Amino acid sequence: MTSESVELLASGPLFGLPLPTLWFGLVFALLGTFLFLDGFDFGAGAIFATLDDAGEREAVLSAIGPFWDGNEVWLVVFGGALFAAFPSVYAGLFSRHYLLMFGILGALILRGLAPEMYEQRHDARWQRWWGRSFVAGSVLAPFLLGVFAGNWLVGAPRSATPIGVLVGVDVTVLTVVSGAAFLQLKARDALPEWVTQIGVGAVVVYLLGVVATLGALAVRLPAGVDALLSAPVLAAVVGSVVLGAVYVVALRRRSDVVALAAAAGLTYALIAVVAVLMYPMIDPAAGVTVGDAIVSTLPLNLMSVGAALLLPLVATYFAVLYSAFSGPIAAEEAY
Amino acid sequence: MIDPVLASRFQFALTTIVHIIFPVMSMGLAPFLIYFTWKDIRGGDPVYEQLRRFWTKIFAVSFVVGTVTGIVLEFEFGTNFAAFSTTAGELFGGPLAIEGMMAFMLEATFLGIFVFGRERVSDRLYMVSSLAVGVGTWLSAVWILIANSWMQMPRGYELVTENGQEVVRLVDPVAAYLTPRFGYMYVHMQNAAVESVALFMAGVSAYYVYRHHVWGYKTANIAFWQKTLKISLVALLITAPLQVLQGDLYARHVYETQPQKFAAMEAVWDTESYVPEYLFAIPTDLSQLTDPRAKELFGIGIPGGASWLASGGDATAEIRGLNTFETEAPPVAIVFWSFRAMVGMGFWFILLAFWGGYRWYTGELFKDGLLHKALMGSSLLGFVAVELGWVVTEVGRQPWVIQGVLKTSDGVSPGLTGNEALVTLVGFVGVYAAILTLYTYVVARILRGGPPDREALDAVDDRDAPTAGVPGDD
Repeated sequence: MTSESVELLASGPLFGLPLPTLWFGLVFALLGTFLFLDGFDFGAGAIFATLDDAGEREAVLSAIGPFWDGNEVWLVVFGGALFAAFPSVYAGLFSRHYLLMFGILGALILRGLAPEMYEQRHDARWQRWWGRSFVAGSVLAPFLLGVFAGNWLVGAPRSATPIGVLVGVDVTVLTVVSGAAFLQLKARDALPEWVTQIGVGAVVVYLLGVVATLGALAVRLPAGVDALLSAPVLAAVVGSVVLGAVYVVALRRRSDVVALAAAAGLTYALIAVVAVLMYPMIDPAAGVTVGDAIVSTLPLNLMSVGAALLLPLVATYFAVLYSAFSGPIAAEEAY
Repeated sequence: MIDPVLASRFQFALTTIVHIIFPVMSMGLAPFLIYFTWKDIRGGDPVYEQLRRFWTKIFAVSFVVGTVTGIVLEFEFGTNFAAFSTTAGELFGGPLAIEGMMAFMLEATFLGIFVFGRERVSDRLYMVSSLAVGVGTWLSAVWILIANSWMQMPRGYELVTENGQEVVRLVDPVAAYLTPRFGYMYVHMQNAAVESVALFMAGVSAYYVYRHHVWGYKTANIAFWQKTLKISLVALLITAPLQVLQGDLYARHVYETQPQKFAAMEAVWDTESYVPEYLFAIPTDLSQLTDPRAKELFGIGIPGGASWLASGGDATAEIRGLNTFETEAPPVAIVFWSFRAMVGMGFWFILLAFWGGYRWYTGELFKDGLLHKALMGSSLLGFVAVELGWVVTEVGRQPWVIQGVLKTSDGVSPGLTGNEALVTLVGFVGVYAAILTLYTYVVARILRGGPPDREALDAVDDRDAPTAGVPGDD
């Protein structure tokens, strides 16, 4: 790189783009992508708890087998993007929620190891324990991530807050919504009818949970009800109700891809509400705005070029992976 | 109450030391798997299909465990080293983010196809997947070592005060990200990974070959193990000499750029010339164990050796002593002994490679029981040497987390309490011990199970049943 190009990159935002705001949006979009993609793995883990039959359990594990590793990388990319664009926020947020972050890590370790271990041996005791670990990790990880997101939004200084717990429950239920649609898509023939019922029930609980959370936020947020009545938040709430209805109909009619897409829409709507309510703050607890926390122009421009080149490439990898395993996956196929 | 700085350092050390095993396994296996896949797809000897399937199982398990332990490391920069992350984030966060997007994503998505998709995708896409996984693992190391080498040799930045805090500002990305240190570290690390896996393969296959040829137990897949032994020996013959030669250049670079670390590696306290290369040193009493040469009882050294190595041929070159630096010395004994043990193993691996190569040449590769035993005993030593190398690198740069810029003790999260740090440290000791135990158990099971039989492979028609990530039913 010549010194002129370095000067150019250091002189101002590329193409005059509002890069700090774009990176704020990107960070939340990455969090949303993780919550949707790994979300259906988590949801599959929760639904796994309702299945006793060995063949049905195998079907769940086979359905997520080829995908979950790639899905989980979005958490790393979310963390990396937050670190790279807003290092002081990354540091502040993670160190303030110290024990919560380690709870999330513990749950992810359990969730990551359990299916791998489950498949190693085929005796009942071994599989019973690793099955339980799989379920525990799958439920705890989204719950604690939700607590983290809720705390982040309201600027909670410590780990357990009512809003955090409410968002945690919402996120956990939402992963069950995604998980039911994903399992119906990938393992429909191997699984009992009630997986559909679980999805339908979960989406109803989820929408009620969101209403309760918004009610609590009206009391807790400084801008109160006004913040909740802003156009983007209202749009996201109305959109969620519509998506919920689409999800129910699609799941019942076995339009599995539509149901899964609706679940994705619900996840992004939830994350969008969190982002909109927070903006222009990025660390409400420390009173730090996006403009305060952004890195200087040169690394910001470099990172933006990197992300603009790489994220479409990553989308291509995912397209290749998901098309290679399109359609139902037989239980005996993966393992 | 425990000091949060000390607890954080222990925790980071523990999580890194355990984590590094799994990427070394993945990076080292990657070129072998690409080769096996290539030979398998081209057809011919069906042993390559067995080789691909068998070693893919080990790769898949290592990758999963590497993922879960690696996320921990990324998070620890925020949780435990928040002051470091705030100070250096502008320079340090970028490589980590790009690593995730560029390398880890490539590896993780194509691994899904590589492990589960042999029967679902075309030969070409399957070959591409194996390459993508391999390139992904190697690119990961590029970005991680770019970040790490900058901490060892910071350049291309300036320090500015922001909100009353000194932070690093990137001014010259090329200087910052492409330090000469990166080149030395990258070659050393990747070669070490391949060498470690080659030793591991050689040790495991030597066990089966020994049982079959020396003890006379009939082993079903002996051709598979013979092939593994030969392939790993070839890899060892290339990597072992290269590692020591390149390591010598790397050490010279450390002498020039991190003189305090070099002095600790040689335990030189006062600036001297014609410094001997101590192979061995014993202090006068146990209280001096932390410093093997402070009150030396007994030592064996090659006269002028350390000076000669540091300068690249001048036995009278001066080595600056630890006493002349303003900051306190790193824990000398740890650095001194780790360096010696690593280098000693490096020479042992060369000897093993030549020994095996010679027996192969004389046609006695499968008959030399002593060689087999030596290989078996050395099967994990590559990993040990990698760990020791990282100890030299990371302990040797103390008290600095960024050489000459930020001390480790100033990098820890300011609000962190000793109790919080202790809780997670104790938790990690338990969890990581469990992870290591489980990993060992699973890998041992895969090794005991051996490769899938050729007959069974022939019976597999359109299904990928016994391959992926796990051995068959009990």
